[in-house]
Parts: sequence; C-alpha cells; structure tokens
Amino acid sequence: MTDWSPASLFWAVVIFLLINAFACLWRGLAGPTLPDRILAVNVIGTKTMVVLVLLGLAREQGIWLDVALVYGLLSFTVTLVASRLLETGLLKGAWRD
Amino acid sequence: MLAAVHALIVSFLVIAGAAFFFIGTLGLLRFPDFYTRVHAVTKCDALGAGLVLLGLAIWSGPDGEGVRIMALIALLLLSSPTAGHALARAAFRTGLQPWTREDGDESD
Repeated sequence: MTDWSPASLFWAVVIFLLINAFACLWRGLAGPTLPDRILAVNVIGTKTMVVLVLLGLAREQGIWLDVALVYGLLSFTVTLVASRLLETGLLKGAWRD
Repeated sequence: MLAAVHALIVSFLVIAGAAFFFIGTLGLLRFPDFYTRVHAVTKCDALGAGLVLLGLAIWSGPDGEGVRIMALIALLLLSSPTAGHALARAAFRTGLQPWTREDGDESD
C-alpha cells in the first residue's frame, strides 16, 4: 500500500463524472422550461471543472488546475448572465404569456 | 503506515464526493419541477465537488498544487450557491409557478 498511485482511482472518477454529465445533458435537452436548461449548463460546468482537476492530478500536470479555475469562473459568469437576461426579459421563457 | 492512512483518506473523500455528484444527478433527473431540481443540484454539486477537491488537495499536499486546489474549493463554495440563487430568483420573478401536489403528475 506504500507506493499506491491514485491515477486509476482518478480515471475511474473522471469516467463516472462524465456519465453523470451526459445524464445532466439529457435534462438540458428535455428540460421543459428555460431555467432547467440553464441549470443543466451550470451543473455540467461544475462537473467539468472537477474532471479537469482530476485529469491534472492523474497526469501530474499542474497546468490543468489553472484551466479548471478559469473554467469555474466562466461557467459561474454564464449562469449569472443567463439569469440576468431571463430576469430582464431578453430571454423569454415559455411560461411567460 | 502514514502513507496508507493518507491514501485511504484521499480515496474515501474522492469516492464520497462522487457519490454526492450521483445524488445530485438523480435529483436533477427525477424531480418534477425546476425549483426542486435547482435546490437538489446546487447543494449536492457544491458538496460533491468540495469533497472531491478536498481529497485532491490532501493528496497533493500543501505545496503549489494544494494551494491552487484550495483556491478552487473557495471559488466553488462561493459561486455555486450564488448561481443557483440568481437562477431561481430570475425564474420566480418572471412568474414560473412552483409545482404543487394538486398538479398531480401533469409534468413528466
């Protein structure tokens, strides 16, 4: 157990998270209302950020952590801008008569 | 011996985080309406990602990578709830009515 390298565990969790991301993609497609789709985008963004960090550590490259940081910031901004547009009426949801 | 405990803690945290991600995905898929989904997913994703990143931060130690992962955890714990709140407030303000028991199973 001394020189156990976690790369296999990290790869397994990466694959598991990608399967979960595809399930969230289905909610993005089938989501009846517009906020469901924005939520699916936000959820996939969070999962992608964690996958990036896991890949970075599985392959011992530190650059992936910076990519994950920027990606986390961007996906947060996307959700905020989308909900702002939804609120000000530029993005019209189907339920608004 | 210390390395074994170290590896055990890391793998336990990472697997627990992955389990919370799975619960969040289940909540996203099975809940009947937007508000129930956003409450399930925002909590589970923030916690799941927090656990996974905590395990990775412990694994990569307090050097350069560990500090960056700690920054990621801080960013995540700040941004995920805020995004969920902004989205739910926007949806509510534009008139999306929450699902109630009387609606029965008209949504999928």
